[in-house]
Amino acid sequence: MAYSSIIDWVTATWGTPLMERGFYPFDDYNLPYHISMALWNIIGGAIAWLINLLFPGNSLSEWLISPYTNEIFALVLFMVIIFAVAFIAVLISLWEERKVLGRAMDRRGTMIGMMGFLQCVADGLKTFMKDNVYSKKVDEMTYWWTASLVIGTSVLIDCMVPLSSRWFVVNYDAGLLIIMGLYALAPFFILVSGWAQNNKYSLIGGIRAAEMMISYEVPMLIIIASACLLAGSMNIGDIVNAQSEIWFMIPMFVGFVTFVMCATAEAERAPFDLAEAESELVEGWQTEYGGMKWGLIMLADYMRGSVSCGMIVLLFFGGWTIPFVSLDYFLGPDAVDNCLYWLPVPELIFLLKGWFAFFLMIIIRCGVGRVRTDTILNLGWKVFMPLSVLNLMIVLVLLVTGVY
Amino acid sequence: MTDEKNTQIPDAQAIAEGAEVTKQMVEDYKANAIDMDKMWITMGPQHPFSHGLWTLKICADGEIVTDADPIVGYLHRGWEKEVENRTYPKIIPMADRLCYAASMTYTHLYCMTCEKALGIDIPEKTKYIRIVADEINRLQSHLMWMAAVGTDLGNYTAFLWCSREREYWMDMNVRLCGARSTTNYPRIGGVRNDVFDIDCDLPNEEDHSRFMRDLIRCCDHFDKALWDIIYLIDNNSTFVSRMVGNGIITREQCANLGITGPAARGTGVDYDARRDDPYDNYDKVDFDVPVIKTGDSYSRYMVRVEEMFQSTRIIRQAVQKIKALGRNAPYRLKVPANIPAGRTFCKLEDPRGESMMYLVSDGTDRPYRLKVRSPIFVNVSSSKALLEGCRIADVPVIMAMIDMCLGETDR
Repeated sequence: MAYSSIIDWVTATWGTPLMERGFYPFDDYNLPYHISMALWNIIGGAIAWLINLLFPGNSLSEWLISPYTNEIFALVLFMVIIFAVAFIAVLISLWEERKVLGRAMDRRGTMIGMMGFLQCVADGLKTFMKDNVYSKKVDEMTYWWTASLVIGTSVLIDCMVPLSSRWFVVNYDAGLLIIMGLYALAPFFILVSGWAQNNKYSLIGGIRAAEMMISYEVPMLIIIASACLLAGSMNIGDIVNAQSEIWFMIPMFVGFVTFVMCATAEAERAPFDLAEAESELVEGWQTEYGGMKWGLIMLADYMRGSVSCGMIVLLFFGGWTIPFVSLDYFLGPDAVDNCLYWLPVPELIFLLKGWFAFFLMIIIRCGVGRVRTDTILNLGWKVFMPLSVLNLMIVLVLLVTGVY
Repeated sequence: MTDEKNTQIPDAQAIAEGAEVTKQMVEDYKANAIDMDKMWITMGPQHPFSHGLWTLKICADGEIVTDADPIVGYLHRGWEKEVENRTYPKIIPMADRLCYAASMTYTHLYCMTCEKALGIDIPEKTKYIRIVADEINRLQSHLMWMAAVGTDLGNYTAFLWCSREREYWMDMNVRLCGARSTTNYPRIGGVRNDVFDIDCDLPNEEDHSRFMRDLIRCCDHFDKALWDIIYLIDNNSTFVSRMVGNGIITREQCANLGITGPAARGTGVDYDARRDDPYDNYDKVDFDVPVIKTGDSYSRYMVRVEEMFQSTRIIRQAVQKIKALGRNAPYRLKVPANIPAGRTFCKLEDPRGESMMYLVSDGTDRPYRLKVRSPIFVNVSSSKALLEGCRIADVPVIMAMIDMCLGETDR
């Protein structure tokens, strides 16, 4: 046997460069995939070595470290890494909200663990251990599937937001369209879930959520269209690169303000949280969901919020770039040759901007009350819609006059 | 201070216009109403908007409320029957339990009724001490109401800010009588302890007015702090647009439904028992009765906020009077245990409205019958008039302006 020590097993496939392998699922260099490949080389190599110790010369260990098997297991790990990072980012924004809201309300916020960060974990454990109670009269299949789909689509879009040009799930030319498409699915599930729960509060909450989300997607899409026009592409990477000198926040200021409002409504946050208005509809469309289901729905809400923030960062705050600062060291064509390219600097820049965008939403939340359904619909169709069209016209004027 | 800043409150004209717009919207809706099935929604007894155990059934036609039916009585504990088996002094702590937010006013009312039945006149200083105690309770009750308005409107900041300010008045309550909410302070013929004795451990201490000094400091702080909360709520269209123009009742409706207190003064009824039918020494202190003619939720809100400023004004004057009367003035009389046979009626301006007691005594040391008239019991029965035509989202806001307190409603 050629493989005599664990080092040989672990480094069996490290010889060939990443991009020149037989099967590489991405067109561009992908950092999480690289990390997962390295991880699987260690984990899979160690497993194969152990199996080989017990049953020398078996074909299973050979198969485990063969290049194609390696790639497939690395893809599974890749998804785990993408999800873990998105999940931790969401947990941090949850903690940020509790702390900032606490300070605004003259209290301390969460206090468990380091600076109160472990409160999220404690809450997760608490909801996890709760009994699974639901009404006998719910339409069971619809009740379960709608909740799963709301949570599932939220997790999916949260993972779809690229953290940098080397940290993505798909680098697709219509990337923004995919995110918006998945975003627009949730209202239907919420509506059906409101019906399925056989509860009047849920029904009213579901209808409110659906009508609000649908009416706020239109101005959002128009603003996204104007950003695409300004960048000349629907690819997220191209839109971010177009902001390397000046953020789109400045030419599209009207659009920026409108988009922040619409994103707040889309994520069902105050003052547009009337779908779960606890003072009149106990918990809105989530009334009949308890225990871990409620916990996951709450997490999905925050994931949608962080997707909204991610979109704000990608479209208006220049994504993972900083104006006039070169990130070629991390993202350039020869970056792989640098020794420190593993450092997640562009990703951290993106996340920090995202948390800043979330901070804006929190500040809005502590100073406002809840507005009424008719006010929200009036605002959406009669104020934000014309404003988004005005933004589109400004962008067109900029393009026609050759400023951009 | 209060008078200068009054100019910042929006004028009645603007509110009336807002009310007109909403009325017009409701009429338009009714004219073009689509034939939808009406749905009865039961809110309560466990519901986030009901501050206590009660049920509000509303009939919703889409988002518009067409009918409302309040159901109370979940907290009924037979108070009026129970007191018939107790001697008069033993009813005082029971009277505390009538209302958890402002217990002092009910105890005060009970003691006042007994004193009227006995035909005694309590010392001058006690009257002022009772005024101070009443106004502290009015302030903490109104602050609790304002906090509830915050949560009903979906904002937790207002709730916590109001709770923080309420703590100061709670502390004053503790200093005065040792308890936060069930005070057990007034007595038949006086009050339990003199304000000059509070916090004076040293017998030969010169300054016996530390409590009153802190009370004035508390007033000074509160007059400023309340403006923070007013800026948060009044300068914010998400709050004001929810309150202006909904839950409108006219002055005539108000009189027919028997609504009293701030809710009535918000519709233009210029009546306050403290001024128009003065008890104790309210006729010797100077204060204004805020009256707004619009009759919507926002006017009820403004009346209550202005009442808070007037309360600090009353406290300041009463404290001066107490200091002038001095430490040696009597604060309590000895009274007989038996009340002569007769019928006595007494009323008092509660934070929530006009509360009354009717005592039938038979010459023994126990009442033959003691009837309590709770303002909230009457006010909440006007739910239908208030809620008709509003949206489901407006229900908590409109009902918050009634300031529910189930302890006194169900008795």
